[in-house]
Amino acid sequence: MFAYLARKIWRDFQGEILALPTRTILFAAAVALLLLPLVTDDAYLLRIVATASIFAVYAASWDLLVGFSGQTTLGHSLFFGIAAYTAALLNLRFGLPAFLTIPAGALAAVLAGLLLSLPALRVRGPYFSLASLAMPIILMGLIFSFPGLTGGEMGLSGISRLAGTRTGEYYFLLISMFVLTLLMWKIATSRTALIFHAIREDEIVVRVSGINTTYYKILVFCCSGFFAGMAGSLYAHFLRVVGPSTLDIMMSLQVIIWGIFGGVVTIYGPVVGVFILYPLLEYLRIIPDWRMLIFAGIVVVTLRFMPEGISNKFQDLLERQCPRCKERNIFMRKECRICCTDIGTCSRVG
Amino acid sequence: MIVLQKGVRKLWELILINGLIIGGQYALLALGFSLILGVARVLNLAHPAFYMLSAFTIYTFSQVLDFNLTVTYILSLVFMIGLGVVIYQVILAPVRAQTSTVLILGLVLGIAAQELMLIFYGGQFRSLTRLASGTMQLGDAVISNQHILALSAVMLSLLGVWFLLFKSRFGIPIRAVAQDREVANLMGIPESRIAILTMAVSVALAVIAAAMVAPIGVIDPLMWLHPLVIVLTAVILGGLGSIKGSIMAAFILAFVEVSLVFLAPGAAFLRGAVSMFVMLTVLMFKPEGLYGVFMEGER
Repeated sequence: MFAYLARKIWRDFQGEILALPTRTILFAAAVALLLLPLVTDDAYLLRIVATASIFAVYAASWDLLVGFSGQTTLGHSLFFGIAAYTAALLNLRFGLPAFLTIPAGALAAVLAGLLLSLPALRVRGPYFSLASLAMPIILMGLIFSFPGLTGGEMGLSGISRLAGTRTGEYYFLLISMFVLTLLMWKIATSRTALIFHAIREDEIVVRVSGINTTYYKILVFCCSGFFAGMAGSLYAHFLRVVGPSTLDIMMSLQVIIWGIFGGVVTIYGPVVGVFILYPLLEYLRIIPDWRMLIFAGIVVVTLRFMPEGISNKFQDLLERQCPRCKERNIFMRKECRICCTDIGTCSRVG
Repeated sequence: MIVLQKGVRKLWELILINGLIIGGQYALLALGFSLILGVARVLNLAHPAFYMLSAFTIYTFSQVLDFNLTVTYILSLVFMIGLGVVIYQVILAPVRAQTSTVLILGLVLGIAAQELMLIFYGGQFRSLTRLASGTMQLGDAVISNQHILALSAVMLSLLGVWFLLFKSRFGIPIRAVAQDREVANLMGIPESRIAILTMAVSVALAVIAAAMVAPIGVIDPLMWLHPLVIVLTAVILGGLGSIKGSIMAAFILAFVEVSLVFLAPGAAFLRGAVSMFVMLTVLMFKPEGLYGVFMEGER
């Protein structure tokens, strides 16, 4: 029985992960991150990876909204900030523990998603981008207007920790990142996501096909809000300080940089983007004056030569799609691993 | 940017003068931004950074290298237009088809410019030399000559652009490309050259804004961030592709901002939030902006 299960898992592992080079790389990276605390005791490094995994969830939730359904928001920090503030306030004012405040923060972000979907139903394209930019700025104004409740410019501090030890926190964040991104990936490969794609391509045609686009648009906002909210409340409990910076424009713009750098409409692309760019930006602190400049230069050069994002570029390099069954294969194969069609001569267009 | 004048002054006069000048500055930036958006379909988020860079170029030429003002302006104009065209040609134009990549590139270029200026000049506030000194009596109001100069320069350049676009042979291809790029190309208009030309005009507008309005306030490497938000808001509020709309919206936003600062000084930190609220309200009732039209085929 166990031998059978083990063999089945091994076979699935071979077929689903080892067969595709990009998935193998991602898997190896995930294992490496899990083993990291055993190898090194460097608190700074562990802290960077933990923060990056929070931002990875945040960036992937952005991809769910922008990449999949094409609702280009410039105000994604609304979800992050509202969840961080909700978690912080519940924790500080009512003394609720982290396992209650984190879902509560995510719930608040879902409500924010409902709110943000209102302009999305009315205006589209660049108009919506700018309308969404307005939301966090307005919320920030509200936060500054009630400094007694929200701590104003200084923010809230003294939020309770996620776990007792530093390693515990690291594993908590890393595993939540895996679970949440896998969930998002499941959503992104489901039938519902097909409708999100269709809404991005042509909303009117989708509506003509008898699909209630209003429902699906609200749904994608709530989904994305939930995941960004999880990231936001995790962030509040990890940093233990929540300030207006969680609602900052830079927070919204940074997620776009990560997402597009990593490659949109993939879920794992933005995660890769965060894990490359965030540690890079942190380690550039050794030359503080040139830090942002070098960062900007790297992003400009990368996007200039691979405008589709780094993960899509590598996927196109390492894999090619079977013209018949649309399964992906490693670039060395002459025939498709599923249907044995000859793919040696066809192009690498994904 | 907002400057309190010395001496007793009626509130509405302060609001009017500051609103007109700040509105003019925003209008110049929004106009350049909406021109390049309309003609090349490039959402150039680095546009306000050109304004900041021009201010620093003028500062370098006039105060560091000690050139006289005419030479300074000509050199800065040439330098900035060259820079803008090179950036457009080398970085933005090749990836123009991917709108989101253009968005990020513009933004990151702006950040890069800001960081470069921080490295070379540091973060402290500086000011440009005033072009005119003294004050002028206008009815019972006293206005400094610099304000008058800024106001007239802004109005003149807005008029100039209007003349260029709508009353000269030069503007016909630009408007044609803005209306429909493919058809204009089929009619034999060199579309990519027109885009470069538009980029030059749009950068020139940023240089004018920096030359005329920046001496009133202070310059620092972060001065592009607030105009960035306002310019985006103005272009959307006015309606994409409408030059009249973006200028109107720039003035509306400036007046909202200035009135808030003067009428409720305690709530001055809310100026961004209030502008945004105005935009949201307008978009809720008029989703295409004040003067916008939904373009065919761009639903």
